[in-house]
Amino acid sequence: MSSYLAQLDERQLAKQIQYLLNEGLVPAIEYVRQPDPRDHYWSMWKLPLFQARAVEDVLTEIHACKAAHPDYFIKLIGYDRQRQTQAVSLVVQQPPQDKA
Amino acid sequence: MTTSMSDPEAAGVQDAYQPGVHEYRDAYYEPGYDPADTDILAAFRVTPQPGVPPEEAAAAVAAESSTGTWTTVWSDLLTDLDRYRARCYQIEPVPGQPDQLIAYIAYPLDLFEEGSIVNLLSSIVGNVFGFKALRALRLEDLRLPVAYLKTFPGPPHGIAVERDKLDKYGRPLLGGTIKPKIGLSARNYGRSVYELLRGGLDFTKDDENVNSQPVMRWRDRFEFTMEAVRKAENETGERKGHYLNVTAGTMEDVYQRAEFARELGAPIIMSDFFTMGFTAHTSLSRWCRDNGVLLHCHRAMHAVVDRQRNHGVHWRVIAKWLRMAGGDQLHNGTVVGKLEGDRTATMAINDLLREDSIPADKSRGIYFDQAWASMPAVFPVASGGIHAWHMPELVDIFGTDCVLQFGGGTQGHPEGNRAGATAVRVALEAVVQARGEGRDLAAEGPEILDAAARRSPELRDALVLWKEARFDFDEADRLDLVGAGSSPERRTAR
Repeated sequence: MSSYLAQLDERQLAKQIQYLLNEGLVPAIEYVRQPDPRDHYWSMWKLPLFQARAVEDVLTEIHACKAAHPDYFIKLIGYDRQRQTQAVSLVVQQPPQDKA
Repeated sequence: MTTSMSDPEAAGVQDAYQPGVHEYRDAYYEPGYDPADTDILAAFRVTPQPGVPPEEAAAAVAAESSTGTWTTVWSDLLTDLDRYRARCYQIEPVPGQPDQLIAYIAYPLDLFEEGSIVNLLSSIVGNVFGFKALRALRLEDLRLPVAYLKTFPGPPHGIAVERDKLDKYGRPLLGGTIKPKIGLSARNYGRSVYELLRGGLDFTKDDENVNSQPVMRWRDRFEFTMEAVRKAENETGERKGHYLNVTAGTMEDVYQRAEFARELGAPIIMSDFFTMGFTAHTSLSRWCRDNGVLLHCHRAMHAVVDRQRNHGVHWRVIAKWLRMAGGDQLHNGTVVGKLEGDRTATMAINDLLREDSIPADKSRGIYFDQAWASMPAVFPVASGGIHAWHMPELVDIFGTDCVLQFGGGTQGHPEGNRAGATAVRVALEAVVQARGEGRDLAAEGPEILDAAARRSPELRDALVLWKEARFDFDEADRLDLVGAGSSPERRTAR
């Protein structure tokens, strides 16, 4: 979870999504009102994007999730089904009022 | 069976009791023997005493580490020794070392007790290392068959479960050893822990010799450090941990400390597995699995056994033993810092810890194919003399599944622990982001760090302070350059 850098801009985010797709990972989007270190289960934004092939497919869903949940933390996951782990986990929306 | 063994006239031990001293090679050297899938295979570097023929020295190693003794005894005839004897099945020269040879030895599985590293060690690296006919002996590699591995517990959790428990993905984990390692009171020690975790590290760590000295007793340390962990978790919204070293003089003390750590909610504890011993460590590993506590393993004392090129046990073998006995994190070389570790050999050992199937490749020091049959993986820990400048190279070399441990590289920051921890966290995230953008970490490292430092005064101060700190000494132990065509990776400075 990238939280010590500035929020990724659209162009930077697109590169990370391309990397995720190149690695054969499954993109997934999750959101939560307030992250808790012991909360493993954020809400799922739809099912994981098994069908996504292009950066646009993923960006569209991130934008839709942001529009529906402007005050929530949103993260993008790159899921590795072979190893059953996340190989990418990026915060793509961090509401300013909730900053520690 | 050798031809001499199947010839009743020559076989001796099979048909009639012939007391006396026989040559080892009569019974224990069997070129062309086809090892069974269930055999344990060993590659020994043998340096015979002058005048001892290679096959006799190699056969002696097989004999003395399995069924043989110096003279024939009548009770050899009460059993079928063919079922139990180890066999040297191949000998090869060592390039550039005419006094040495590599002996490949196959051990039948019946020689060993299930689930006991100690039994394996007492057999294969027991008396034979003091054998007079050898000037020196080194165990270079072991092939552990799946049938045998399945009798070992392996890591209590493994890399994937550890990440799930901590909810940390897609990047190396960051640790830091508290310094000075001895001398701080528990309360001051906890202050250092808190500042590092608050600044951005995932873990802090007791050093290997931090047990329960008069200056800081274990219970006090556990209470203050766990207060620091909880506070940092609440303020950062991330899981944090401190490797509580539960190593102690007796197992009763070890368990008492482990249980107190669990009561305090510690996610991870620590063992000095080599000084504590494999039986003690394996018991602790089982406790960790039973109690859902992660286990960090320090390798203090390993260099006593693995540093000499001609004698002892190579670290890659000890690392395999540790994966079998169980540990979620294990110190391995850094390649770039102040401690020993040839780059090619170190990366091969990372593979042995992290991958499920590793092919033989002698140019990497791996003599046998090794299948782990889904035994959980171990996080390699890189530690010792590393700082923010090393980050691009560390991520480039070690990849994602590793723990990067910064001691002086965080606490030596001009603004102290918190700024030092933030510096390495920013450096790490910038490097991981750059990797996602397809940039060449080895070539563009300094630019990536410079760009990140423009937004991070903590990182900028660290980069200025450690601009010249490097550790460029030659390695004491290097790989033999054998194997087809592959050139050794160049050891790069920062």
